[in-house]
Amino acid sequence: MKRLLRGGRVVDPVNGIDGVQDLLLDGDRIAAVGRDLPVDGSTVVDIPQGVVVCPGLIDMHVHLREPGQEHKETVATGVASAVAGGFTAVACMPNTIPVNDNANVTSLILTKAVAANLARVYPIGAVSRASKGELLADIAELKEAGCVAITDDGHPVATALLLRRAMEYAGMFGMPVIEHCEDDSLKGDGVAHEGYHAAALGLRGIPGACEALGVERGVLLSELTGSAFHVAHMSARASLRAVRRGKEAGIRVTCEVAPHHFTLTDEMLASPMSYDTNTKMNPPLREAEDRDAMLSGIADGSVDAIATDHAPHHYDEKNVEFDKAPFGIVGLETAVSLSLDRLVHAGVIRLPRLIELLSVNPARILGVSGGSLSVGAPADVTVLAPELSVRIEADQLRSRSKNTPFNGWQLRGGVAATFVGGRLVYVNADAGLSV
Amino acid sequence: MSGPIVAQLGGAPGITVLRNKDLLGIADLTTDEISLILDTAEAMQEIGSRDVKKVPALRGKTIVNLFFEPSTRTRTSFEIAEKRLSADTLNIASTSSSATKGETLADTALNLEAMRPDMIVLRHASSGACHLLSRLCHAGIINAGDGMHEHPTQALLDAFTIREQKKRLADLKVTIVGDLLHSRVLRSNVHLLTRMGAEVWVCGPPTLMPTEITRFGVRATSSIDDAVADADVIMLLRIQLERMQGTLFPSLREYFNVFGMTEARLRLAKPDVMIMHPGPINRGVEIASEVADGPYSVILEQVANGVAIRMAVLYLLAGGPAHETAA
Amino acid sequence: MSVIMDEDRIARTLTRISHEIVERNRGVEDLALVGVRTRGVHLSVRLARILKEITGQDVPNGALDITLYRDDLMRQVVGPQPLVRRTEIPFSIDDRKILLVDDVLYTGRTTRAALDALIDFGRPLAIQLVVLVDRGHRELPIKADYVGKNLPTSAKGSVQVCLRESDDRDEVILREGDAA
Repeated sequence: MKRLLRGGRVVDPVNGIDGVQDLLLDGDRIAAVGRDLPVDGSTVVDIPQGVVVCPGLIDMHVHLREPGQEHKETVATGVASAVAGGFTAVACMPNTIPVNDNANVTSLILTKAVAANLARVYPIGAVSRASKGELLADIAELKEAGCVAITDDGHPVATALLLRRAMEYAGMFGMPVIEHCEDDSLKGDGVAHEGYHAAALGLRGIPGACEALGVERGVLLSELTGSAFHVAHMSARASLRAVRRGKEAGIRVTCEVAPHHFTLTDEMLASPMSYDTNTKMNPPLREAEDRDAMLSGIADGSVDAIATDHAPHHYDEKNVEFDKAPFGIVGLETAVSLSLDRLVHAGVIRLPRLIELLSVNPARILGVSGGSLSVGAPADVTVLAPELSVRIEADQLRSRSKNTPFNGWQLRGGVAATFVGGRLVYVNADAGLSV
Repeated sequence: MSGPIVAQLGGAPGITVLRNKDLLGIADLTTDEISLILDTAEAMQEIGSRDVKKVPALRGKTIVNLFFEPSTRTRTSFEIAEKRLSADTLNIASTSSSATKGETLADTALNLEAMRPDMIVLRHASSGACHLLSRLCHAGIINAGDGMHEHPTQALLDAFTIREQKKRLADLKVTIVGDLLHSRVLRSNVHLLTRMGAEVWVCGPPTLMPTEITRFGVRATSSIDDAVADADVIMLLRIQLERMQGTLFPSLREYFNVFGMTEARLRLAKPDVMIMHPGPINRGVEIASEVADGPYSVILEQVANGVAIRMAVLYLLAGGPAHETAA
Repeated sequence: MSVIMDEDRIARTLTRISHEIVERNRGVEDLALVGVRTRGVHLSVRLARILKEITGQDVPNGALDITLYRDDLMRQVVGPQPLVRRTEIPFSIDDRKILLVDDVLYTGRTTRAALDALIDFGRPLAIQLVVLVDRGHRELPIKADYVGKNLPTSAKGSVQVCLRESDDRDEVILREGDAA
């Protein structure tokens, strides 16, 4: 089937396009991009003025929870949530039960993804067996089965030596090591950012230095091994400092920031609601200077990607005392609106840069297709409505879990439609798109 | 002739009821509310000197003491206070509760709520546990100590004890020494004393100081001599032995040498200094025995005042029409 | 609104009541005054002074706060709640005749509360009720032994007693109708 997306603002940084153009999808490929393309039997979709057509967004840090914790989320519900959030692909973390340290788990995830037939799923495998930090996982097997990177996310790789070996070994396959940067002993029993608000509320703190130590370690080992090192969910200004220095020295370090770390601060621990477990995640919400540093990194190019760290948890698990609650919030369906409202409309970055952060760079870092609207590329397309008024309603989320601190937020900008492989997998009824 | 009968210590505050249904922390109280509680406690104090130590003010009200952390002092103090107000009390201690069977706090709360208690007094090891309970229950919640967060009735009885002797709280130099980092008593006292105009100093090793402590409006120092110089009140906080294992300080002996309240250090303070401690005391660690038992110590008065303060809080939260439980 | 009693009238009324007390009790032996806070206390202090002038003897004086003894109906009164104040009865009430003093007798509930409180303090020989104004509308079987003035009122009206110890003048005011 041929589909012509007509008259939208096409933003394709890889090909240097930003302007009103038409986009032709033929089957599962991009067939043409240009002005006033002939209709020629295509189904026409007229894109309203101002609405943006861009390469499909890729969330490179998502927890799909299957196998093992299907009460929180499954691959099926996760990809449904993803496409509603404008994502045509997600990379999923290995801290499932059992851990994704072998081809069986990887295959299971991919089989479920194919069955759901919505967003693409790129599994990320474990660095070590069962992520215990003792022996390397069978990384070649993981690559063969379809993994695009390795991580022991949930915690840092246990020792510098193991991280070094993982980088050297994975480097053979061109796979990046993604690291949850943290020093275990400094983290201790911490549950919130070590600062005034945690002190006032009597919550044990995790200092920014805890994360930065992990970043410094990874950067040095990346320099030593020459392998790619990616900082997951960066939150602290000291971490950004380390990443910048690494990049200046030509070291292969990249990093991602989650929307909550460029929009929220530790003030949310106390208000509007005290001890809201939907403000508990690791790394924690930090102080204003850290949030501002993340914004500056996003603006000056030091930050490579925006990734949600989508971490669904069941209501019962979060409805407990703050220190007992699991870390994490969902993010797939709030990322685009937060990014459009707080980055683009706020004047921090312009739209093409946002597409780099949400599509171009994640594809490049993971070594997967996508990130551009080049002719012949897979027809993964996201249609964004930058002026759409969006109100976040937790109970309307398609994710199985509703643990978000953004409930009730009124934002400017949202997703109009999502195409994966040329198929329309999501359309927002409020966006006024006639599909 | 009309003097002692008509005169009122502290003057009349502008209000006579508390705004919230709960007492979760001093941080939520205005200075008027703090004064109201202290003034009401004075009236309650008198009841303890009668032969029949009972008034019918909370007759027919059910109050549950839900204590997830062991406590003799605080729990019995609340229990006596509740009984003096003629309330029906229920004591639930964690070892006997279904918490040991793995029931969550939320479920415990909902089960209790189904029996419609008027108030729940909660002590729990997690900061914010009372906030969680307050969201789930219609009953008024009184925080008897939640994790490292607050212990509001302790700070109120401390203030009451100070006010009784010094006739005011404003412009007094109050020095607090000890494990400031983990102490809920510290946070409550800092909120209350700074709000009421006292000059608060906190002292301890940097390892036991909360982040950005000066942002709470206090002077912070690791010099015990500076901290106690000309102090009107010195409050000692308990040092827990477990903290040593956490590498927070090398040994109890060293702690006592550097920060312990000895008679020599006492002499740096004002001649009419008050020595206070929320208890239980570790003799020879945060305080020397001679000081604990000496003439400046008001540690036992604090305990006695605890009942009056808790009666005041219970009465103000449970005793009037403004707080009839909704629906 | 109208002034029912002025300063002079109040003074003469208290003197008259004091004489009645002495007469009925054949002296002030075994008597003690307990005023109900707040204005009852001012009145009891004045009565003690007058009794001393009449008899040359000191009559012990105490102050009773009944806030903690109010019944449900009293607690539901709309309007500012009273502050709980100290009760100070610095003598034993056992085997004494207690003169309970209040400014206005209305439904009788305050007196009921005061009686409950006094019983908790000990075993008096007898309790006699002294009020400056009795405005009727009793809801309980309570009767005053000594009344300054009987003042029939409508339920909508209000009686306000001002005493210079806590207000700036001595006056008893009657307000008919809805406005307070």
